[in-house]
Amino acid sequence: MKRIFSFLLPLSLIAAVSLFVWSCDNDDDPGTTPTENGRLRVAFSNKMGSKELKLGTETYVNQAGEPFTVSKLNYFVSNIKLIKTDGSNFVVPQDSSYFLIREANEASQLVTINHVPVGEYSGIEFTIGVDSLRSVSDISKRKGILDKDSGPTNQEEMYWDWNPGYIFLKLEGSSDSATSSNGKFYYHIGGFGGLVEKTLNNIRTTKIDFGSKKAKVTDTAIPEIHLNADILKVFNGPTTLSIKANTSVMYLPISKNIADNYVNMFSLDQIDAN
Amino acid sequence: MKKVVFLFGLLIFLSQVMNSCGKRSENPEPEPTGNTPTLLQWTKPAYFPDPVYDLSKNPLTVEGVELGRFLFYDGILSRTDKIGCGTCHQQVAAFTHHGHDLSHGVDDQLGTRNSPSVQNLAWNKSFFWDGGVHDMDLVPPVPIQNPVEMGERVGNVIEKLRKTPVAGAAKQVNYPKMFKAAFGTDEINADRMMKALSQFMMTIVSATSKYDYYLKGDASALTAQEKAGMTLFKQKCGSCHSSELFTDFSFRNNGLIPNKINDQGRYAITLNENDRLKFKVPSLRNVGLTAPYMHDGRFTTLQEVLDHYANDQNSGQDSIYMSPTLDPILNAAGQKHGIALSNAEKQSIIAFLRTLNDDQLMNDKRFSDPGVGTSF
Repeated sequence: MKRIFSFLLPLSLIAAVSLFVWSCDNDDDPGTTPTENGRLRVAFSNKMGSKELKLGTETYVNQAGEPFTVSKLNYFVSNIKLIKTDGSNFVVPQDSSYFLIREANEASQLVTINHVPVGEYSGIEFTIGVDSLRSVSDISKRKGILDKDSGPTNQEEMYWDWNPGYIFLKLEGSSDSATSSNGKFYYHIGGFGGLVEKTLNNIRTTKIDFGSKKAKVTDTAIPEIHLNADILKVFNGPTTLSIKANTSVMYLPISKNIADNYVNMFSLDQIDAN
Repeated sequence: MKKVVFLFGLLIFLSQVMNSCGKRSENPEPEPTGNTPTLLQWTKPAYFPDPVYDLSKNPLTVEGVELGRFLFYDGILSRTDKIGCGTCHQQVAAFTHHGHDLSHGVDDQLGTRNSPSVQNLAWNKSFFWDGGVHDMDLVPPVPIQNPVEMGERVGNVIEKLRKTPVAGAAKQVNYPKMFKAAFGTDEINADRMMKALSQFMMTIVSATSKYDYYLKGDASALTAQEKAGMTLFKQKCGSCHSSELFTDFSFRNNGLIPNKINDQGRYAITLNENDRLKFKVPSLRNVGLTAPYMHDGRFTTLQEVLDHYANDQNSGQDSIYMSPTLDPILNAAGQKHGIALSNAEKQSIIAFLRTLNDDQLMNDKRFSDPGVGTSF
């Protein structure tokens, strides 16, 4: 127990402080923060190269030359930060910054961010997965999409009970190259760094610069940032992931290579001004 | 020292921040409803260490423990409504699965490890053979959501519990009523369910064996052979099976030949090469009742267990599996691997181990199936 504390206590204190700070802000009269009434949406579109990802039916081929179909794709997006043209940042309040994108659930692919300061945004940064602090915080601090015991996270089995922690990205499908008895492949990537000792950390952060495009948040305009997530990048990247060689990857050292692959899967498609 | 100053500074900051939003300090707890649960005093045996579980966050109540007992035995926790916790953790076998080497779940599926004893969990700082879980409240979802054990989702269990009592069910259990009795309102959620289960498991304390009576001063509680066995046990086995809980709660490689699935034990949790083939040192309380033995139930008798440690299994052949993580105790330089034990010594140790059987616990109605369980 002592070891757990020495490892996490300073962090949890900081988190406790920041939660209090935020809850105070949130308690303020809405009238006192008129600039934070803007809104913005982020739409996640899951692709396979240039094609739309379609569950079940379509066959895709990875860099290792293996044809496969996809039956399930889920991933967590959290700790979103919006980058303003002037270089300043808007960090989305953490309690409102966890999302589980599910290919089988269209509504989950459109994320709305409230209380965004009016202004022009030129980039976005977010975590693929769930940060370590929230991964180990009391379950009263993990409600909604982070509720491991009910709702989508429980139904979609996005949490490991035997080695407690969220599964950051889950990709399952079928392939003739799979060595499993049912022909399926399983990639369940998680690992927040360990509770009592340092271990696998697959938390990854991605930053997307909008280039010449901007997202203008005004009192009336709710821009929609369309991001593509190229799921082929799970296989194709610094490491060529072969279904035959690695049919099932869960809590294993090689999952780090897969996280290093998919960290590059997001790109900007377009921004609707609305 | 710098760190202390930093933490202290943070604390001051924290208290100021808290003061600044004093209006939020109102207690959001619901008003008492008149039927407050009855607090249950939990006392540890005097010669046990302090418990690890934090009772202040989940004080035991008579109603909470009773709810936990029903939940523990009720098959409603499984996908098939047939497998309860008590199916694989039977009171008669010191809350293990009698006669089953591997855990046996829904649709007759098999797990990969032997069902461990649910006793004295109050003192465990980690759970399961690989120690992956560090909080008793996080234990129940592991078997419930394991597809080859109870094969259910906790979310579904909560839904099912809310719909009780079920018309026509053999045993009418009204869970909303029981949750209300235990927690003040009839709200059923996972947090309350796990807390009730922890409350029940907290009460399963084994400290009334013959050995305990001996410890408490009854010198005649043990025979001469059992006493000799105790002395030998402390010499030969006590470095790992230490304290009155008979475990040091560490993870060790005891030289078992890796099984067919090459279970790497603790390594699967830490991915640390030094943890390969290590499993938790189990408590030996009630060990006479918890056969089969080892993480995969490969040995059916205590004799086989001691033959393994003494390296006497394969008629002269080395049966201690050599690997980089083998416990040094089994790998002393210049002698046969294992722990030297004569046959007479083994018999004495086994006689002593049987004095750890806690028949009183096995027969205590407070821990029995209230009539909602399934056994096979």
